[in-house]
Amino acid sequence: MNPAIIELKGIRKTYNAGTPVAAEVLHGIDIAIGRSEFACLIGPSGSGKSTLLNLIGLLEWPSAGSYHLRGRPIEQADDDERTRARLETLGFVFQFHHLLPAFTALENVMLPGLMRYGAHTTEQRANATELLTAVGLGGALHKRPPELSGGMQQRVAIARALALAPELVLADEPTGNLDTHSADDVFELMRRFNETRGTAFLIVTHDPRLAARCDRVIELRDGAVVSDALRQS
Amino acid sequence: MMRFEWAVALRFLREGGMQTVLIVAGSTVGIAVIVFISSFLGDLQQDLIRRTLGVQPGIIVRPAEEVAHPQRGPGGAALIEQVQARAQRLRSVDQWQALQAELEATPGIRAVSPVASGPGLVTRGDVNKSVTITGIVPERYVAVTRLDEKIVAGDLRLNPGDTVIGTDLARDLGVALGDKVRLSTPTSAGDAYQVRAIYDLGQRNLNRAYAYVTLPTAQALLNLTGGVSSVELAIDDLFGAEALAARLQARVPHEVESWMKANSQLRTALNNQTVMTLLVRFFLALVVAIGLASVLIVSVVQKTREIGILRAMGASRGRILRVFLLQGVLIGVVGAVLGSACGYLLTSVMSDVLRADDGTPLFTAHFNLALYLYTVLGATVLGLVAAVMPARRAANLDPAQAIRL
Repeated sequence: MNPAIIELKGIRKTYNAGTPVAAEVLHGIDIAIGRSEFACLIGPSGSGKSTLLNLIGLLEWPSAGSYHLRGRPIEQADDDERTRARLETLGFVFQFHHLLPAFTALENVMLPGLMRYGAHTTEQRANATELLTAVGLGGALHKRPPELSGGMQQRVAIARALALAPELVLADEPTGNLDTHSADDVFELMRRFNETRGTAFLIVTHDPRLAARCDRVIELRDGAVVSDALRQS
Repeated sequence: MMRFEWAVALRFLREGGMQTVLIVAGSTVGIAVIVFISSFLGDLQQDLIRRTLGVQPGIIVRPAEEVAHPQRGPGGAALIEQVQARAQRLRSVDQWQALQAELEATPGIRAVSPVASGPGLVTRGDVNKSVTITGIVPERYVAVTRLDEKIVAGDLRLNPGDTVIGTDLARDLGVALGDKVRLSTPTSAGDAYQVRAIYDLGQRNLNRAYAYVTLPTAQALLNLTGGVSSVELAIDDLFGAEALAARLQARVPHEVESWMKANSQLRTALNNQTVMTLLVRFFLALVVAIGLASVLIVSVVQKTREIGILRAMGASRGRILRVFLLQGVLIGVVGAVLGSACGYLLTSVMSDVLRADDGTPLFTAHFNLALYLYTVLGATVLGLVAAVMPARRAANLDPAQAIRL
């Protein structure tokens, strides 16, 4: 049995709770993601994909339900504990990559290490260099984000998400604003890290072509899971 | 420690570009003016006091005033209804030699000068002018009053037959260096004295007021044999005069008076000046702080997405808070260092430009390390306080919302 990294049961999310404009956007979600899974989350706009990803990423609090992260309940944890859990367990990749423009590619990838260990070690530098080389940017270590193309920036973001070897990387439309060729590259990269390092991925995507290449497809519609299927291989 | 906060704060400031340059420049100018005002104010006031007081000492010790004690009957009631205040005779300070030795050993007192002075007339031909005949021990007296710096003709070496008078008195009498004048008092017919030197205190009435003679001469003229009418003190801290006078008053059976009490108007004017400049400095600091806070607030708004991603990556609220507090402190400290340097330059230049009517500088620029250290310390606190509101705003951003922007 593959032990679950995250396990959500009956998760609900209501915005503006207690007011006349209260709106429940997630109606009791049950999802578990295990080690080394490569899953994607699909659904039309407004189906609650981003909200669910933010809940899983501990950036928002659920209104009801339970959430266990590596077997520990986390739905009631305070901000400091959630922040620590994000740093130690999760990696993030966003649609608009969100690199820090004042830092070079290498420094961006080393930031999580600096946060966690309070210092730059040669080991971290080697790790960051290795990651950037693995995403094909070994020659652009000291370039700043504005000097890189969109696809290159997203590859830096993936390297940064993997810097502390998280168990799960949450990717919110990572290929959303890339051309088809770059999108394929970025997707293949995540796939490769999943296979070589055993990192689990949960990818929100609109692109059915990419969804078809994931091991597991979770479909969300109107705030509820309508299908959750493993791809037959 | 705080490597992450340092790295991010420094990069954010560098990324700020012109914004950072302008706020550092603004802080520098504000702090430079504060340093400038602080460094010359003390000097300027000391100079003003010196010029206004002329030959008045910091503290003067005189015989206590004589009071009339009405006879009292049984039960303590006065037997006489009307008691007239006594006229104050010229008397000597009791045991002044012992007092002089005691005062010399007192910390905070730089020099002690016994003086015998009283009313007299200076006469040449048929012109009489009333003066204060002042008997001094020259080397002690100059240590208290710097009269030697005010001599414009001759020199201050008094022999028993010599006198030193002011420029205006010399003009009134039509005497020059080497001429003779007669000094007399109500108790002595007097004698002829040679004008040995002429002083100029920069005030007409003071230049007519004194005729200096040796202490024994004055004692003879004023019928104060062996005595002195006052003991005058030079003190290290002019502004501590009142406190020191009060301490001395408790120790000696004489009247002790500081320049502050004797010149209460001057003291009030100086106090007002001090309060005004304090206000100016305070508001300058406030303006610097407000500028700093507004630039940081703009920076928080500009960096909302980056703050969001840092939070998502695992930066705690405390870390984001410290990143912005650190930016405030850094701007404050850099402004203080540059401001201290500019303030020192400004003081040097202005001490050349601002001169008294006799051509001497009103104040001198000296490298006041303590002032600069306090400035840096103050600017650190200022930057920290100014950054509190922006930093809290950054720390309390909702990461999920910040990223969506």
